[in-house]
Amino acid sequence: MMKLRRDVFQAIADPTRRAILLLVTTQAMTAGAIASNFDTARPTVSKHLQILTACDLLEQEQRGREVYYHLNPEKMKEIADFLEPFRKMWDDRFNKLESVMKKSITN
Amino acid sequence: MERKTKINAEEGKQELTITREFDLPLALLFKAYEEPEFIEQWMGTKVLKLENKKHGSYLFETSHQGNVMFRANGTIHEFIPNQTIIRTFEMENSEIGVQLEFLEFEQLTEQTSRLTMQVIYRSVEHRAIQLKMPFAYGLNMAHDQLQQVMTNLI
Repeated sequence: MMKLRRDVFQAIADPTRRAILLLVTTQAMTAGAIASNFDTARPTVSKHLQILTACDLLEQEQRGREVYYHLNPEKMKEIADFLEPFRKMWDDRFNKLESVMKKSITN
Repeated sequence: MERKTKINAEEGKQELTITREFDLPLALLFKAYEEPEFIEQWMGTKVLKLENKKHGSYLFETSHQGNVMFRANGTIHEFIPNQTIIRTFEMENSEIGVQLEFLEFEQLTEQTSRLTMQVIYRSVEHRAIQLKMPFAYGLNMAHDQLQQVMTNLI
């Protein structure tokens, strides 16, 4: 169980993956439609989709010849209650503070 | 990697504590909160106003392609260099509302320091909104469609 939880955190630690999750909040989308929102190469986006699907944040649905991705709200709710994204935001911010101030001495 | 930033948010309380140990002398850490040019660099926002004194106020604003994406303001209640800042913080057009912040700056060694932020929200529900926000944070705002999604969510 702990391992699974960590995987979910790794999944949402990446900004592109968070952006993908937001994209599919309003509608199910194909991999191609999702990829068209990013400058990143298509295989990179596919990799992100794979990771998000592997930890159950995204679900695949076959419609005719196309595979659509949609959000798994149950899983999203589970992680929304965790503090990790908030902690990560502050950690990033403070890392920036530290590097800015270190640079100010050397200049 | 070691987790330098710690968050303590007790169940059922309307406050949280953020603690961080810095690889910086105390004076330098405080400067990061005191001088607009440094705030602009590490927070990635423009400092339109900052009066570091009792009864002073501040205003931060971030624009992207001519649109205001983020605006925050507050009033300063206490400003003791290298020690304490007590202030309110309000992110404009957000449901979080006004929060009260107690910032304590401490020296650990000559080269290291600690910041403890106690943040008090209007209610447990307001704190919960804050904790869910970072999902929307750090996105590439350049994408119009993403902006649209963001607007729908907020």
